[in-house]
Amino acid sequence: MKYRIGFDIGSTTIKAVVLDENNQICYKSYERHKAQVRQKTLEKIQELKDFCKEPFTFAISGSGALGLCEQADLPFIQEVFASARACRKYYPEADVAIELGGEDAKILFFRGSIEQRMNSTCAGGTGAFIDQMASLLDMSLEQMNEASLRYNRLYPIASRCGVFAKSDIQPLVNQGVDKTDLSASIFQAVVDQTITSLAQGRKIEGNLLFLGGPLYFLSGLRERFKETLHITDEHIICPETAINFVALGAALCAEEEYTYEQLEKMLNDLVHAPIKLEESRPLFIDEEEFNEFVTRHKSHDAKYCELKGYEGKAYLGIDSGSTTTKLVLLNEKNEILYDSYTSNKGNPLDVVLQELITIYETNPEIQIYGSYATGYGEELMRHAFHLDGGIVETMAHFTAAKTFNPDVDYILDIGGQDIKCFKIRDGNIDDIVLNEACSSGCGSFIETFAKSLGYDAIEFAKIGLNAKHPVDLGTRCTVFMNSGVKQAQKNGMSMEDISAGLCKSVVKNALYKVIRAKNNDIGKNIVVQGGTFQNDSVLRSFELELGRNVIRPSIAHLMGAYGAALYAKDLHHSKSSILTYEECKNFTHTSKAIACQGCNNHCSLTINTFSDGSRLVSGNKCDKMIQSKTKAIELPDLYKVKTEMLEQAKKTGCHDKKIGMPLVLNNYDLLPFWTKFFDYLGYEVVWSTPSTKEMYHDGQQSIPSDTACFPAKVVHGHIEQLMKYDVDAIFYPCMTYNVNEHQGVNHYNCPLVAYYPETISGNMDLDKVKFVYPFLSFDHIPTFIRAMVLHFDRVGIHFKERDMMKALEVAKKEYEAFHERLVEEHRKAVAFARENNYPIVVLCGRPYHLDPLINHQMNQLLTQLGFVVVSEESVPRQKEHKVNVLNQWTYHARLYQAAHYVCDNKDMNLVQLVSFGCGIDAITSDEVRDILRAGNKFYTQIKIDEIDNLGAARIRLRSLKEAIAQKEGE
Amino acid sequence: MEYARFTKDMKETHTVLVPSMLPIHFKLLKQIFKKSGFNIVVLENTGDVVREEGLAHVHNDTCYPALLVIGQMMDALKSGKYDLDHTVLAITQTGGGCRASNYLALLRKALEMEGWNERIPCLSVNFSGLEKDSEFELTLPMLIRLLYGFLYGDALMWLKNQVKPYEINKGDTDKAIDDFVDRLIQDFESGRYRNSKRIYRDMIEAMKAVPQDRTQKKIRVGVVGEIYMKYSPLGNSNLEDYLIDEGFEPVLSGVIDFGLYCLENSIIDYNYYHMHEKSHTWIAIGKDIIIRMQRTFINAVKNEGTFIPPDDFSEVIANGKGFINPGVKMGEGWLLTSEVVTLIKTGVNNIISAQPFGCLPNHIVAKGMVHKIKGEFPDANIVAIDYDPSASKVNQENRIRLMLANAKLNSTLGDI
Repeated sequence: MKYRIGFDIGSTTIKAVVLDENNQICYKSYERHKAQVRQKTLEKIQELKDFCKEPFTFAISGSGALGLCEQADLPFIQEVFASARACRKYYPEADVAIELGGEDAKILFFRGSIEQRMNSTCAGGTGAFIDQMASLLDMSLEQMNEASLRYNRLYPIASRCGVFAKSDIQPLVNQGVDKTDLSASIFQAVVDQTITSLAQGRKIEGNLLFLGGPLYFLSGLRERFKETLHITDEHIICPETAINFVALGAALCAEEEYTYEQLEKMLNDLVHAPIKLEESRPLFIDEEEFNEFVTRHKSHDAKYCELKGYEGKAYLGIDSGSTTTKLVLLNEKNEILYDSYTSNKGNPLDVVLQELITIYETNPEIQIYGSYATGYGEELMRHAFHLDGGIVETMAHFTAAKTFNPDVDYILDIGGQDIKCFKIRDGNIDDIVLNEACSSGCGSFIETFAKSLGYDAIEFAKIGLNAKHPVDLGTRCTVFMNSGVKQAQKNGMSMEDISAGLCKSVVKNALYKVIRAKNNDIGKNIVVQGGTFQNDSVLRSFELELGRNVIRPSIAHLMGAYGAALYAKDLHHSKSSILTYEECKNFTHTSKAIACQGCNNHCSLTINTFSDGSRLVSGNKCDKMIQSKTKAIELPDLYKVKTEMLEQAKKTGCHDKKIGMPLVLNNYDLLPFWTKFFDYLGYEVVWSTPSTKEMYHDGQQSIPSDTACFPAKVVHGHIEQLMKYDVDAIFYPCMTYNVNEHQGVNHYNCPLVAYYPETISGNMDLDKVKFVYPFLSFDHIPTFIRAMVLHFDRVGIHFKERDMMKALEVAKKEYEAFHERLVEEHRKAVAFARENNYPIVVLCGRPYHLDPLINHQMNQLLTQLGFVVVSEESVPRQKEHKVNVLNQWTYHARLYQAAHYVCDNKDMNLVQLVSFGCGIDAITSDEVRDILRAGNKFYTQIKIDEIDNLGAARIRLRSLKEAIAQKEGE
Repeated sequence: MEYARFTKDMKETHTVLVPSMLPIHFKLLKQIFKKSGFNIVVLENTGDVVREEGLAHVHNDTCYPALLVIGQMMDALKSGKYDLDHTVLAITQTGGGCRASNYLALLRKALEMEGWNERIPCLSVNFSGLEKDSEFELTLPMLIRLLYGFLYGDALMWLKNQVKPYEINKGDTDKAIDDFVDRLIQDFESGRYRNSKRIYRDMIEAMKAVPQDRTQKKIRVGVVGEIYMKYSPLGNSNLEDYLIDEGFEPVLSGVIDFGLYCLENSIIDYNYYHMHEKSHTWIAIGKDIIIRMQRTFINAVKNEGTFIPPDDFSEVIANGKGFINPGVKMGEGWLLTSEVVTLIKTGVNNIISAQPFGCLPNHIVAKGMVHKIKGEFPDANIVAIDYDPSASKVNQENRIRLMLANAKLNSTLGDI
């Protein structure tokens, strides 16, 4: 037999394997190619001369090789094919192979027909993600691996997007969480990502083959997989060839014969051939265009005034962001006396303290009349420096933007890691969009890149302006753009073109991936701000992409602080309570991190203690463990009330015989019904407990559709829990039709609520339990009873039709009585609010938004902000209203009812909770908004998902509160 | 919201715009409606503009078909080709628990954005008694002609997919189809359209007459999915042609099956919930008649012997049982699962399930059933492709490619 050579060229590495005459591996290698694919391939071939006799057969595989093979007409082997071949030959017992690479993650299922899944455009869960996290922790991969093996506790970290993982990790780092725990948690995030987004419901079981660099080198990562999948060592294969496995497969597949001379010639030709990349319009076609641009933006410069010697009143605004702190001091004419923009370097308090001292020392006579804070660290600033107040970021930005264009109707703010944009309608803040799942449109990316290319950010941005042919780098995750940039460099593209190309990509990502803007959605009078827009190349790219001019104030990076200062000027007319020079000089501060023991959320709390002895606790979700002096009474909250009512409803007579039911989806509405129903029949219903993260993870493996809504995905965990209980059967009926409340033309459930039991039966291992899931409708009693009797008969539980008839009657009464009690509670809450002058929010969703894991305690956030909270299901029945959509779902009809109800009541507002992936809310949300607009009310929508991102919700709700206050003031 | 109503006299004065979906069928339908006095235009505008108009007029999280259908109509209205005072928009409504039933409402909202709501009426084609003031009445003769039209359309599509992958001269098959459609149009004119045995015989002959090279058997790839995504070239980026170009033979069951599925659902509703108490027997009779009409084609293909016949719908119904409860009736419901099982049972292991991103019923009936189906048929190679306005074509093609690579791999791996 001849010698055989196989190459595998991935996104970051090149792997080679040589098989000798006896089919033995006589050479293998694994090296980074640094985007020099052609050069490296050629060098490798030359290197192999010493190992391999001519003539030999040769083939290439891998994602990085496709273009090469096409151009040089070399034999290309599909990667799956290569791994499958090698696997069949060397490890025929393997059932599943998990292969993690630099930029891709794959799973191969061998049992049955071969099936391969791979990650799409997001870099979460790949080697690149781990690299990024290692550098964040300032550890090498080896250190991280070693540390992870000694962990004590795992913390939840989002692996969806590196930047979000960063925002999960940063607070943990600040709190001093041990790096061993962090390392293990990061690996766990990768494992979770692989299981949810790659395996998608197909169980990873049997003999497991670990392939690819990260899995081979990181035993800690393998450990996380083992533990999560409950797989023992004897079922795990991590071969010596794990990192060269695809190359090995390619060698096995190699059939075409070559000599060194032939290959060298082919590759040599390629190395010297120029590559064409797609090019696009330059940022400026000529000098004239550039000059017009510069002049136009010059007109939006803010005015300054000398601080030293200034004798009037001054107003201070502080914008405390997650990475930088901004500070502006204004005089009475809105001119800037002093400003600063400083990186936090881990301690924003020190930054502000220094700035204050500088101000006091420059002008010891300064009279600060008002001082307001805004941003992420608003509360901390207020407490620490005794400021006069704080405002929500959106209001600060809006106030600032108005001074540059009173007609502003759209504000876009791109910072280092955050994108915020909001629309202004009739002088009020309307829609707010924040980046919640993807950070690829943010500025920190350009900065990091500039650094890695040896430039500072400002310089790098400047050179982009001269680009003749900006490189088209596409709109993929910025983590992937690394290789695109390297490729462009290799192709001899100038740094100008790369800089401009990056700016374009960032803008496109922001517009199309994060904001998902329709062109006419973005207003006519646009003000852009945030540090990223200080970069002229980004600004110009944005204008070109939109096809219209925008306003960028010269203080784009300071707008939050500027707005806060303006606010202080408007609202505060006496001398500010801010710390004096002496107090600043004596200022000290300590912070301590603890885990709250108040409930099983175990929030990580930070306790700040200041030199005057006052304390500030942050990081809490609720007020349970925090004794606050300012708030004495607990405001009525129908979500809390209903939770307690459900607890009561669960309590029925004790029975030996038990039926398990999951407390999910429509069962949140039907709990009183089913409890009573089975109670009458002599069974106790054992309900699953409210969802927890652990519970969700327990069921994660069997979820077939990752894009289904979170409330549906969580069902798997509930069923897992019920299977552990000693129950006679698990009952979870399919219900096409809901309870008919006569509020629309029909009374359907949504498809997921209606048929999720089918998904459970199709994807979960239910062999050991009796799973009863008949199709039921309350509309026709005889068929209801027939179906129930029949399906329970099948599992050996026998009910009499007559008993069931009676049970149905009793249960229906209980269901109705429950609803009446709920309405009664609603009335009480409203009466309380009116007596004590509290605004009311109807927090709308579906019954299952009562689940604390699903609603992220949005109800508590509202009561903390001073709202009385009621729910859409507790709204008293209204007369039927005509709506402009097909009103055919029971729960959604309640939404329209609630919207009309809110319009009829002056002191009420509506907040709609929308779960990601809820298709029907695409229809309801537009309609609810239309109803509210017609009634001159605000529409506030909060999108919720598995990820805990209360920051965005808080901004929205506070903006709502401000907007309501403003409206009342008018 | 005020909106213009569709009235009977508009038939004389207005042009009815219909979104594209089934290229072969709609050519026939156009003529059938014309015979009943309607002036129908099946829209053919495509491209990014359609998608952008959709994005601008419909909530972006709404299903992709709604976005495309409405986008296509808005683009057409803006094209200047139609007199807006004499134009009607036609759209179908199933009345099921899926959000697709809301297309009409979404279309009206889109019209309102342009200020056309009181100017341009919409016409709802449904059998659920929705939109009583904008419904149009189907007469029995028209209904029969329509039924034949769909049956012939299904038959032509079925044969086309078995011929086109093997044609020697590119374009021959499409030409033969066009010619046959012209001939059918004449048959509808003259009233000979009811002689289906003769028509099917001629149809098979016409298809055989296309020069073909059948020496190398191509791998068959089944396409199932949400009805619009499954059939509409605009929706699925010309999936059938793409498969043919890549050297595969697409297999798509006919659209009459979807109609039968709707009828079967009414019968199941009666059994499960005692609905349609008065009409269910008539519905059952209607269903049987249509299944028998389908068999005329099945038998013609069987007896002739060159091509593979489509599956009998009563078998399709039976095939789904054991996998999914027939009570699942939103969207494509149990039909989709049944189709997948039927394809596998007839040897088509490679299946693409085309669905709009975030399609609710498909979480259950498509992705949700794969596990169970693979448990029974380990050789099944199923891929779900999500279509949405932001997912790039390349992304979808990559996933299809991967699945096709697996298909080839599975057919050759035996040699290793």
